Amino acid sequence: MQRLVWLFVMVVLAACQEERAVSFNEHIRPIFNEKCIGCHGGVKQAGGFGLVFRENALRKTESGKFAIVPGQPGRSEIIARVRHEDEALRMPYDAKPLSEAEIRLLETWIDEGAEWEEHWAYQPPVKPEVPIVNGKQPLHAIDAFVQASLVEKGLSPAPAAQKRELLRRVGFDLTGLPAPDALADAFLNDLISYEALVDSLLARPSYGEHQAAKWMELARYADSRGYERDRPRSIWRYRDWVVAAFNDDLPYADFVTHQLAGDLLPEPTEDQLVATGFHRNTQSNGEGGTENEEYRVAAVIDRVNTTWEVFQGTTMACVQCHAHPYDPITHEEYYTSYALFNNTVDHDHVTEAPLLRTLYAADEAKYKSLQDWLREHAEAEAKTQLREWRELIKIREPRLRPDVFEDVVGGVFTARADEDFLYLSPNNSFALPRRDFSDVAALHLDIRPMAAGSLEVRLDGPEGAVIAEQTLDKDRQRFPHARLPIEVPGGTHALYIVARGEKDGKIVAVNAIGYEPKLPGAKEPGVEQIEAYIADLLAAEDSITTPVMVETSGPSRRKNHLFERGNWLVHGKEVTGGVPKLLDGAKQTKVENRLDFARWLTSPDQPLTSRVAVNRAWAQLFGIGLVATLEDVGSQGAKPTHRELLDYLATEFSGPLEWSTKALLRQIALSDTYKQSSEAGPQLLARDPNNELLARGPRKRLSAEEIRDQALAVSGLLSPKRGGPGVMPPQPDGLWNNIPYSDIEWVTSTGEDRYRRALYTYLRRSSIHPGMTTFDASNRELCLSRRTITNTPLQALMTLNDPAYLEVADKLADKVAPLPDVPAQIDGLYQLMLRRPAAPEEQRILSTLYRKAYAEGQDSHEALTVVATALLNIDEFLTTS
Amino acid sequence: MDALLNEFRHREAHYNSRRNFLRQGAMGLGGLALGSLLGCGNKARVPDTDAGENTMKTALHYAPRAKRVIYLHMAGAPSQLELFDYKPALEKLDGQPCPPSLLAGKRFAFIQGTPMMLGPQANFRQHGQSGAYVSDLLPHFSEVADEVAFLKAVHTEEFNHAPAQLLMQTGSPRPGRPSFGSWVTYGLGSENDNLPGFIVLASGGRNPSAGKKLWGSGFLPSIHQGVQCRTAGDPILYLSDPDGMSRDLRGHSIAAINEINRRQYEAVGDPETLTRIRQYEMAFKMQVSVPEVMDIEKEPDYIHAMYGTEPGKSSFANNCLLARRLVESGVRFVQLYDWGWDAHGSDRSTSLEEGLPAQCRGIDRPMAALIKDLKQRGLLEDTLVVWGGEFGRTPMRENRGGVEMPYLGRDHHGEAFTMWMAGGGVKPGVVYGETDEIGYAGVRDRAHVHDVQATVLQLLGFDHERFTYPFQGRHFRLTDVAGTAIRELMA
Repeated sequence: MQRLVWLFVMVVLAACQEERAVSFNEHIRPIFNEKCIGCHGGVKQAGGFGLVFRENALRKTESGKFAIVPGQPGRSEIIARVRHEDEALRMPYDAKPLSEAEIRLLETWIDEGAEWEEHWAYQPPVKPEVPIVNGKQPLHAIDAFVQASLVEKGLSPAPAAQKRELLRRVGFDLTGLPAPDALADAFLNDLISYEALVDSLLARPSYGEHQAAKWMELARYADSRGYERDRPRSIWRYRDWVVAAFNDDLPYADFVTHQLAGDLLPEPTEDQLVATGFHRNTQSNGEGGTENEEYRVAAVIDRVNTTWEVFQGTTMACVQCHAHPYDPITHEEYYTSYALFNNTVDHDHVTEAPLLRTLYAADEAKYKSLQDWLREHAEAEAKTQLREWRELIKIREPRLRPDVFEDVVGGVFTARADEDFLYLSPNNSFALPRRDFSDVAALHLDIRPMAAGSLEVRLDGPEGAVIAEQTLDKDRQRFPHARLPIEVPGGTHALYIVARGEKDGKIVAVNAIGYEPKLPGAKEPGVEQIEAYIADLLAAEDSITTPVMVETSGPSRRKNHLFERGNWLVHGKEVTGGVPKLLDGAKQTKVENRLDFARWLTSPDQPLTSRVAVNRAWAQLFGIGLVATLEDVGSQGAKPTHRELLDYLATEFSGPLEWSTKALLRQIALSDTYKQSSEAGPQLLARDPNNELLARGPRKRLSAEEIRDQALAVSGLLSPKRGGPGVMPPQPDGLWNNIPYSDIEWVTSTGEDRYRRALYTYLRRSSIHPGMTTFDASNRELCLSRRTITNTPLQALMTLNDPAYLEVADKLADKVAPLPDVPAQIDGLYQLMLRRPAAPEEQRILSTLYRKAYAEGQDSHEALTVVATALLNIDEFLTTS
Repeated sequence: MDALLNEFRHREAHYNSRRNFLRQGAMGLGGLALGSLLGCGNKARVPDTDAGENTMKTALHYAPRAKRVIYLHMAGAPSQLELFDYKPALEKLDGQPCPPSLLAGKRFAFIQGTPMMLGPQANFRQHGQSGAYVSDLLPHFSEVADEVAFLKAVHTEEFNHAPAQLLMQTGSPRPGRPSFGSWVTYGLGSENDNLPGFIVLASGGRNPSAGKKLWGSGFLPSIHQGVQCRTAGDPILYLSDPDGMSRDLRGHSIAAINEINRRQYEAVGDPETLTRIRQYEMAFKMQVSVPEVMDIEKEPDYIHAMYGTEPGKSSFANNCLLARRLVESGVRFVQLYDWGWDAHGSDRSTSLEEGLPAQCRGIDRPMAALIKDLKQRGLLEDTLVVWGGEFGRTPMRENRGGVEMPYLGRDHHGEAFTMWMAGGGVKPGVVYGETDEIGYAGVRDRAHVHDVQATVLQLLGFDHERFTYPFQGRHFRLTDVAGTAIRELMA
């Protein structure tokens, strides 16, 4: 065998004498990764020798020798050591020696200059030529690539799947549901083409819901905050935005940009702000005594890791603490990413601020009048003023928090859990950072009075002149937005806030203070009306609030440091935003904030963005990616099965398809490769158990969501209602009872809300609906790229005994009850559930079951229900093939 | 051996979980075909195609001393200073202000300003041949002092409940990692074919702060997640048949499902279909075996007297007896959580004066009984019992908000706390580690949480550094990147 390999190498060498004979990526990197890098990597560099970065590899090692001398294999210690006779000195240490062929490869490579090459995934994809197969080009490029590799392996594609199978497959793959009756009938009766079927499915609103359900796992979406108390979080508008974005086929580049940096766009729409909820899905910890900064940092780290995994198929868990043992991304580069995400206002606060407020229609009209006023009267920079007022009214930012208050005398600020306020007793005081206050019309005080008293605003010192005063009414516990007009002369001043009161002890908790700018056109007629509107808007009861991203400003900006060994308490050197050199080539793109970053991600030639998205789309249809490890397409990921195909689709997606996800899925779904039958003979199954070669069609178990949705759909129970807050279909009693300090209850929904798609089921992290977790959905703690599909008795118990499935079986029995006899009824069930009549054997088995149930004293309806329950549990109904 | 193990893991990681349940799942060894249960000659014979299972079993790094674990977690963190770590010197300092050196640079959950020192609020006596100090709050447990090994200087960085519990049970303070029991069932498989391999029981009316994450399987296949058996309703969700469905009819239903699935397998050839057949058989058996094992009523009177159990109630005592029954039936990892140990002193129930003694009464008799009972059945030899909280408590009296509180209490404290282990290869009658004279920090033989985990893994036969699972580009392990097994604790 070894000889054969060597022979092959010789042939290759002879065949391409002109160019370099040995490719680092193809020949050398696999040897390094497999045999060497465990000890001679990026972190562990035994003997002072590491093979991740060229500069480390060429350095003088601890022994004083050079491991690699470019051009001189004879003087390279690495060659001497891999050939060494003495086992104690031979490398790899304590392992099987390298083969002669491998050593020759190393020698040739060193002889040719020992050049490092980046892993393919870190180089921009180049559109490959579509291959000719058996002398002609298949109609579809995907098929050309797949069939070319099949020919190479002596295989041929499977025949096309039966129409009925294909209908079921593509229905679930594109909409997560069986195709509706009319569409299915049209297709099965040859009234519409397969292409038209695909287009109709992509146009259905259920398409967006299905895509969103998958995206929720990446976004680690939940309707609660996580950790101990796991209080509710109202962020469903983000989920609904994702559904709409898919249904509107928002180009993927925009889809990425809005989620990462919608708030930083020049004039963001409300939708673009809601999209930033993507990164407000991080968990927050409300447990008493927890330090909020610690969990803010944890959330930022999660955002960095999630961003890299979702959009770049790159796992960064390693470089958080040290240089990556395998990938050439550095520890410092991790923190340049961290710096991009470290300056948002949210900080694990009990209020979940900042929140975008969706106003009631009447208030929205007042808000529009204010905007019109600003456009009309702002003398300069109307845009800036519009933005300032929008943030003030809709997000109530920017605000200063106690961490930037100065000269604090006597106040208590612990920044812990739900006590993250500055508590003041009488005569305690603090100062707002010095600035020119002449453009400030009012202070906005977010305070919680605890006893009667007042807050004085004094100029330039705790004893300075009183320029305003806010009365504290102890009966008014929540006081999120007191508006206190001030008039401060020009020039730089400090404003001192002094607490006054009769009673000893805390009288007020200060959360934050904001500045209201002066309204332009103050002397114009009609200004009183606008002023009144502003007061209304600030006092308005909020209808819906959604956590969003808002960038810090002014004194609240945070500095960014590396964390030594990943410990957030041990700051290393200061860093600024940026992107890893590896992925940016020689471009040195300036990336200073999230928007720059999003634009860099979606720029032409970015090596990973398009490949990762395409790989995920492929996995959605085939059950396995062209790179199997969806979470890691880089040097630590699995080898691509069809790299040229991946690159072809990646360049199509970001090029001619203009980032259209629908067009991409359409292209894949229309290929013959996708349409193949999934049946596999024992030989093929043994050779290719996971269908990497694509010599057959995909066969997959349905997802947790699909299993629920299908049961509801076939029984006619499924509600078409879309969007809105999470709903609570039945679940076993008491599941939420044991959650500590829990202030919410599972209140089973009534009416059609009992029968909504699984996407809309209220998702509480500490107790997710068993239907989700039993069928392998993520726990929504971290981003999950790939579900691990299991096959367990707990799943069987659920589909056999869950009252929700019994209700479905009951409805199914109702539907077929009018049919003349038991065989017809069984056929009817098969038609409803699988769009085919029962086979004779199936008739026999189920009729027998029916008779047994009947013999036990069940009436005909009950016996039919038993049969329907059995059918809900058969393999064919739980899978697509 | 390592190569085999790695190869196996690699395969699994790659397409994780193909036929996982068969391979090394908690219930993967099913022998009895459904047909024989039903007595109807069903031809359900499933070829056991899996080699991985044996690989895992033979690929242990050490000869195992323990085959199964019962882990008693006192959620909320009991005070070592009132239970096991006797500090007469602290008594003398009672009421004195805490020296600044103990406060500088430290983070506390609630203590503010300068708290007062607080002497032990219980009497201590030495017990057994080992002469171990145990507080009078635990009179029954004192009788088995010679059976256990104490770790007096365990420490953790976390000082809030949920993160500290996560660190203790998953090796990381952040959610997302597999739990202790998941790792163990992943590594060892199951000893039975009709019960989950990892079962969780909670008492005290609430789940622990970190909730179900403490028995989640993280990135390991979800079959390894702990199954919480409930005391009200179905012990396992959806276990009971619907009203009107007889066992017999259920058996026929499953036979029909499996027969149709067998035809499907013959037509399509997907091995997952075979696995599904097996899972339905398993489910049918679990419906009988789980209620049976969860029913303590038939235990003899002397056993009830010994544990202090009352059938039908939810209590730590009942859970201890259940733990014994479960390990007897071959469950690999039984985890008990008992809520109510967070003695801050903010009200009567969390006070050292009344709350703590009441908590102690709840666990004293049952945990002593558990050790005696396991021993008399010859199970203690290879069953490891672990006891502890997620951190300890301060030698200072808590002064939440900087003011004196209505009752005596102590704040969270990670520098030093006590755990104990018994059975399963643990050297009995040992005291490992020592704290300073006020019990603030360890001064000798400190043991980090990761050291404790490494020790338990080693007793089960694993080298914690080589027992890994690849995820997100890293080889993860229970002990994260630290931990040393404590040989001094091993018999």
